[in-house]
Amino acid sequence: MNVKRTTHPDASASFNRDEARVDWHDETLWFVRSKRDRAARLVPEWEDLREAASRIKDHVLSNMHDLLVQFEQNAVRNGIKVHWAADAAEHNAIVHGILQENGVRQMVKSKSMLTEECGLNEFLKEKGVDVIDSDLGERIVQMRGEPPSHIVLPAIHLKKADVGETFHQHLGTEAGATDPQYLTEAARQHLRETFLTRRVALTGVNFAIAETGGFVVCTNEGNADMGVHLADVHIACMGFEKLLPRTEHLGVFLRLLARSATGQPITTYSSHFYRPRPGQQMHLVVVDNGRSRQLGRPDFRNSLKCIRCAACLNTCPVYRRSGGHSYHSAVAGPIGSILAPNLDMSQNADLPFASTLCGSCSNVCPVKIDIHDQLYKWRQVLVQAGHTPAAKTVAMKTMATVLASPRLYKVAGQLGRKVLRLAPALAENRLNPWYQQREMPEAPKESFREWYARNRSEVRGQKSEKIEQ
Amino acid sequence: MSRDRILAAIRNSQPERLPLPEKFSFESVFDDLPAQFAAVLATVGGQAVSVNDYAEIEAHLRTAYAGVTNIATTLPQLAHLSDVDLAAVTDPHGLAGLNLAVIEGQLGVAENAAIWLDERNLPHRALPMITQYLAIVVRRSDLVPNMHDAYRRLDVAATGFGTFLSGPSKTADIEQSLVVGAHGARGLVVYLLP
Ligand code: SF4
Repeated sequence: MNVKRTTHPDASASFNRDEARVDWHDETLWFVRSKRDRAARLVPEWEDLREAASRIKDHVLSNMHDLLVQFEQNAVRNGIKVHWAADAAEHNAIVHGILQENGVRQMVKSKSMLTEECGLNEFLKEKGVDVIDSDLGERIVQMRGEPPSHIVLPAIHLKKADVGETFHQHLGTEAGATDPQYLTEAARQHLRETFLTRRVALTGVNFAIAETGGFVVCTNEGNADMGVHLADVHIACMGFEKLLPRTEHLGVFLRLLARSATGQPITTYSSHFYRPRPGQQMHLVVVDNGRSRQLGRPDFRNSLKCIRCAACLNTCPVYRRSGGHSYHSAVAGPIGSILAPNLDMSQNADLPFASTLCGSCSNVCPVKIDIHDQLYKWRQVLVQAGHTPAAKTVAMKTMATVLASPRLYKVAGQLGRKVLRLAPALAENRLNPWYQQREMPEAPKESFREWYARNRSEVRGQKSEKIEQ
Repeated sequence: MSRDRILAAIRNSQPERLPLPEKFSFESVFDDLPAQFAAVLATVGGQAVSVNDYAEIEAHLRTAYAGVTNIATTLPQLAHLSDVDLAAVTDPHGLAGLNLAVIEGQLGVAENAAIWLDERNLPHRALPMITQYLAIVVRRSDLVPNMHDAYRRLDVAATGFGTFLSGPSKTADIEQSLVVGAHGARGLVVYLLP
């Protein structure tokens, strides 16, 4: 868990210091967003699928108690040990307890945003347990001592050269190496050794099925499977909202998830777990950590429909230009900004303001969460709870920092040029936040005053002619 | 106990019951299922090969993996090509040196090139991931258009574990450059039998 207390605008400001890199970050995510668009367009019933997914989740949220009880019964019948954690601390203690029972001090872990939310890695480190993240992106940021900056693409803020340097330091790859093939191969060798020697493997859960007591874990790399099939103990951790009523509902969600996330038609592995292998232990930790509170807030309840596809991050103009770390929360981007204030209102009061409310997030969300409306509603709640002044300033600052770019001037076209030509002093004023981090486009040599003095009569003449036409 | 407290909190918080939607299954229409499957498989980094019989599979394997050792198969028709006896492997760690696994898939999905494998096909759950290269034999008659059809046809909870596998393992975690061969198989060939 990243508990830096910097606000979103301050963090965005430092991210925006390297303009070329911000542009690259922006374009990379937009590229992912366009892959999502192409994939969605290939499915004629896409909108019906979104509607079905949203309605299935509506039912789940309204029937959560009974479905969870049903799920638990079936999971237990399957030989899965079910644990319940009210909060992050209890979740971490349960995982640690399982490790202790098995006399193990090393664990391999595949991607789980929940364990990020709970700060599991840091907790276990303090207890002397060595955790290795096995998703390539997560391994990269783990080596660098950073949290993931994106829920699907954890190292999206890094360039090849950064990864090359990190691997040179930690894996002994050649200095200056930047070939992704070479670097991935190095990670493959290193993690294969890890998979083969760890006795406990932890995974997240993408979907859990009440009817069967089973759960599904999706990866492209195969790291979740490599970890658990070679381990004596599989620990799976899930927020209770991951539940679906029946197996056949998976058809809807597996069709939506990868297409929304990366534009793939499905993840490489969609692994369904029902029973432990003979001799294996399978533990499932069901976590609340504020979810039941969010369930009780009619305005924000729908955020629990989220399937963590990250489409709303990839499309968000603020996320793309501020980077995941600026959100100082395990889940970044628009959805993270709805979930975070539920966990801690005062620490995360800045996040609902890190949005233009343009609505692009809501348009791409595969489960039709009204993301931008919820962000707007959070602002009102925060205002009422007394977080106003800071939050307001913060909103202004955010927009100024994140969206001020020469490109925007191009987009704004006429208006921008007019401002620069007609009122250079206004644009260059140090008090104008749009000027921070940027060079203003070069102003014409002739000043407006000079130009105006010279052209006054001519302009007037044209104007009056036009009016007369 | 946390369990009861969590469940009680949920019961207090959850809204009035909303019904499940009636329509959550859709039809996909493809003129040619094998062609659709093969085209999508190519986009996810795999290769489909249409064959008429096991002799053709064998011929293809012998060329494609010439000189390769540490081969295992679950298919009796191809057993003579293997030099690793899966029945003798009791611990999945024993598969670490495997170069090629040739197995059977129960069903293929044309919309996303996913193939369903479960413990009836896998003597070890780790088999399709731990092997360096993977080949799967699927019957053309076992291709279905989309995931709704797949879930209708399969009992995915019949065994303790099953997976929809689509293409070889891959990652784009380094600057969005696609690299095939992350932690699972580095390559996938799917033989489509009549
Ligand atoms: S809120 Fe919607 S778009 Fe965003 S990650 Fe969740 S499911 Fe995806």
